[in-house]
Amino acid sequence: MQIEVLYFAAARERANAGSESLTLADGATLTDLIAALNARHPRLEPLWPHIRIAVDEAFVADRAAALSDGATVALIPPVSGG
Amino acid sequence: MSVQRSEMVRLTDDPLEPSLVERLVRADDRGAVLAFVGLVRDHTGPHRVERLEYEAYRPMAVKVFEGIRAEVDERWPGTRVAIHHRLGHLAVGEVAVVIAVAAPHRAETFDACRYAIERMKADVPIFKKEVRTDGSVWVGLGS
Repeated sequence: MQIEVLYFAAARERANAGSESLTLADGATLTDLIAALNARHPRLEPLWPHIRIAVDEAFVADRAAALSDGATVALIPPVSGG
Repeated sequence: MSVQRSEMVRLTDDPLEPSLVERLVRADDRGAVLAFVGLVRDHTGPHRVERLEYEAYRPMAVKVFEGIRAEVDERWPGTRVAIHHRLGHLAVGEVAVVIAVAAPHRAETFDACRYAIERMKADVPIFKKEVRTDGSVWVGLGS
C-alpha cells in the first residue's frame, strides 16, 4: 500500500524533505512505518520520543494501529503556537 | 454582518490586525470582548532573540482550531472565538497570534480565552524556530 508521509519543523530538516511517498506491505502498522523511516533517514531516530503522529489530520497515540492504503501520516514535533 | 467560518480561524503569512479579529466576535448580545495578543519577545532566558520562524501543518491546524472553538462553545455557551495565527518569519515586536473572545459577560471571556490559548499550546500543529544571536532552536525541542 501507498502512504504519504509529511515532515514538519525539526523532522523536516532531519528528513531533508517536506513529504514523500512510501510503499509498505499491506497490514503495516505505525511501528512498521517508523522502522522504514529510520532506515531511510537515520537522523530521525533520536527525534521519535518527541514526535506525535497524525494520520489523516488526527493524532493517533497507538503505534500498533494499522495503516490503510492512501493514508497521510504526519510527523508532529513539539508544537509551539503563540 | 455575516462572518464566514473561514475568517474565524485563519493562518496567514500577512501581518495580523488585532482590532479586526476582535470585530469578528462582537455582537449586540455580548457585552464583553477580550483579545489576547501574542508578540515576538526579544529574549528567552539569557538568549537574545532575533526573529521567529513559524510553520504549520495548515489543514490540521485549522481543524484543531475549529475543534477548540467547538469545545469553548460547549463549555461556555454564548461565547464566540476567533483565532488568527501568523506564519513565516516574524521580527521582534510583531504579532504572532490573536485570540478574541466575546461573551455576554466578562468572566466567560477570561476563562474561555485562557482555555483556547492553553489548548492551542498543547495540540495545534504550529511550530516555531527561535533564531537567536547565539544559534537557532526549535521551541519545545531545545535543539
